[in-house]
Amino acid sequence: MSTLLRLVYAAVFACALTAAQARDADDLVVGFAADVSSLDPHFLNAVPNVAAAAHIFDALVHVDPDGKLVPGLALSWQAVDPTTWEFKLRRGVKFHDGSEFTAEDVVFSLDRPAKVVNSPGPFTSYTRQIAAKQVVDAYTVRLKTPAPYGPLPLDLTTIYMVSKKAAAQASTEDFNAGRAAVGTGPFKFVAFRRGESIELARNDAYWGGKPAWQRVTLRLLTNDAARTAALLAGDVDAIEAVPTPDIARFKSNPAFRLEQKVSWRTIFWQMDLSRDQTPFVTDKAGRPLPHNPLRDLRVRQALSKAINRQALVERTMEGLAIATGNIVIPGIVGHVDALAPEPYDLAGAKRLLAEAGYPDGFALTLHGPNNRYVNDEQVVQTVAQMLTRAGIATRVETMPLSSYFGRARAGEFSFALLGWGSLAGDSALRSLLATPNPDIGWGGFNWGRYSNAELDKLVRAALGETDAARRADFAGRAVQLAMAERALIPLYHQYATWVMRKGLAYRARVDEFTLAQFFHPQ
Amino acid sequence: MAWYALRRLLQALAVLAVMSVLVFAGVYALGNPVELLVDPNAGPADYARRVAALGLDQPLWVQYARFVAAALRGDLGNSFVHGTPALQLIFERMPATLEVSFAALAIALLTGVPLGLVAGFRPQSWSGRAIRALSVLGFSLPTFWVGLMFIMLFAVELGWLPAGGRGPTSRVLGMDLSITTLAGWRHLLLPALNLALFKISLLIRLTAASTQEILRQDYIRFARAKGLRPARIVGLHVLKNALVPLVTVLGLEFGSLVAFAVVTESVFAWPGMGKLLIDSITLLDRPVVVAYLLVVVLLFVSINFVVDLLYGLLDPRVRLGGARA
Repeated sequence: MSTLLRLVYAAVFACALTAAQARDADDLVVGFAADVSSLDPHFLNAVPNVAAAAHIFDALVHVDPDGKLVPGLALSWQAVDPTTWEFKLRRGVKFHDGSEFTAEDVVFSLDRPAKVVNSPGPFTSYTRQIAAKQVVDAYTVRLKTPAPYGPLPLDLTTIYMVSKKAAAQASTEDFNAGRAAVGTGPFKFVAFRRGESIELARNDAYWGGKPAWQRVTLRLLTNDAARTAALLAGDVDAIEAVPTPDIARFKSNPAFRLEQKVSWRTIFWQMDLSRDQTPFVTDKAGRPLPHNPLRDLRVRQALSKAINRQALVERTMEGLAIATGNIVIPGIVGHVDALAPEPYDLAGAKRLLAEAGYPDGFALTLHGPNNRYVNDEQVVQTVAQMLTRAGIATRVETMPLSSYFGRARAGEFSFALLGWGSLAGDSALRSLLATPNPDIGWGGFNWGRYSNAELDKLVRAALGETDAARRADFAGRAVQLAMAERALIPLYHQYATWVMRKGLAYRARVDEFTLAQFFHPQ
Repeated sequence: MAWYALRRLLQALAVLAVMSVLVFAGVYALGNPVELLVDPNAGPADYARRVAALGLDQPLWVQYARFVAAALRGDLGNSFVHGTPALQLIFERMPATLEVSFAALAIALLTGVPLGLVAGFRPQSWSGRAIRALSVLGFSLPTFWVGLMFIMLFAVELGWLPAGGRGPTSRVLGMDLSITTLAGWRHLLLPALNLALFKISLLIRLTAASTQEILRQDYIRFARAKGLRPARIVGLHVLKNALVPLVTVLGLEFGSLVAFAVVTESVFAWPGMGKLLIDSITLLDRPVVVAYLLVVVLLFVSINFVVDLLYGLLDPRVRLGGARA
């Protein structure tokens, strides 16, 4: 199938300078890669829904293209005491219906996620930390947390502010129909056609500078080929999540422009680190081993050294990634500059395996998704081959995300691929490596049930720190500890790619969001 | 006749019941949708509340029993992902699918039957050979590939037609239809043609084969001997007899057009039921998947029923309700 596709594309690209048809100069049509299930910003906590909501609504705190927190509807925020965050609101901001945005709307919007009936994936993990909300005056809100909690501003980047007046009695359907979809954002609701498109019009009164587009259409083009074709045919002006095989061809076609940026998503291996018998590690004859070798630090070091990250990013990822020894990308809390990608060292890997008592290696099955990350299946296969060279007999099993995550969470795998995007190292570690404790929402993606009291302490200290510098210090130490322990094996940060017709520019974002307000005519 | 209809109805109910069990268990076995939907940082209380709200905390048989009880009242459940009734989602999308399917059927009939007649009449002529060669192509080329080729040629290269999506719609008899405007037709043409291609080939083959068979029959020879005009022979004697097998096949094929427009819909970003099905399967949205398949089964059963009735009208030898083999 893919060979055929490539042939078709090659033939077409060879002579395709018949680019975009003329559209109104201030119209923009963008091809989204995933379905938006609702325009209620508190209905489903999933990237496509959040991205769509960001056109109509604003949050208190915004994220700039580099992943830094910048003022949104809140002009400033600070911890007035360890358990109280104070947010000063922007004055004179108007909702699309002309009413003014005030502290009452903030309290309403923070209360609402817990009240949305039928929500399949609620936003409450971002509001759960807030024990009390206090309106100081119309432009000041204080939020109390039961314990000191540093990442609150980060959590609030995902909670959008809706109008208390418009949404007080509103159901999710009212948002989808536009009646309640009244925000302060750069665009106003025009129409929502489920599974098809979202139409928006410019909010001329936007506080953050008028967007360049009078009318915006977000088309939901979930099929890769259809999305690419729509751009080639000029039906859309830009697309996100460009299929990897097409990137090189778009690059060489003068009718189109590419924007690429290192994404916040780090790809790494999660290992079974808790059980003494793990289901997918055996000796080479298929018999169980007396102990789980993955629990031995030397084995984890060996596996990490056996992976040639440079080859992986250059060949398998076709240059669309950078190798890493970190959990979060540079410039983000918890990134440690001193942690370089583990150098490829096959001899060293074999020596460590021998020291650990596995001179002949063992047999290991690698698991991964096949429809989640860029080239995910090929990455699993490549790493399997690299481990084979170090003497590990490998098998590969990949599956669609729909069964992968559930099985991984149930601890069915021994060595599993995961990608994680985060704007803070301490928050990432809380999900990935903190001792699983459902009662406080820790370790939700700690598939290997890794548990290290020292790491937990550092993560808790970082999360509980409201002073930015001290928090960064704790987070950095936590990441350093996790990496020294090889509690997970990082591979690379992937790139996000957008393609648009010539004459357009996009401020590419680390969080991979596609937002019409960040497109500009060139 | 009444007995016959009743029997068909009972059969249909049995099919629906078996189908619902299979799909229900199948999607259940695939995985837990809450894993995909709930933020992993959500506390156990949140998680449990979601699971309970979707009814997934119960054993499978209880979930199924609840589903059946609600289904008997006409409620096939709410979509896990959208929170709206699954049937509403499906019926929202149905006009788009029906529209493209009917257009495809019309294209198939209007091109396949005449071409098949020509091929059947003059199998040795160059036109007959060309038509049959064409039908082989239509059979063997995969739909998605042809769809992409169409897009590349007509949308990208020539720029005549849009690459996908649905044009502006207007409300006709409570349904959003795009066939009322020129822009709507421009969007409809490629997907309909793509969907029709396989059916055109099928119709060509069937029509040609039955034409050839009919031409050898005594009544045709007699008609010729009588000196009837060839147009009348074709128009009345051949066509009418050739229609009998066509109607059966067409009925079934229309069902499959609707049910399996999936591929065309995703290639052309056509917002129909098929695309909904694909999106729902990836998110394990069981109520929508189950409701979709039940609707499709119902569609097949009713089409079959109508076909049987038509069959009786076209061929008086068929007696409904009589002894059957």
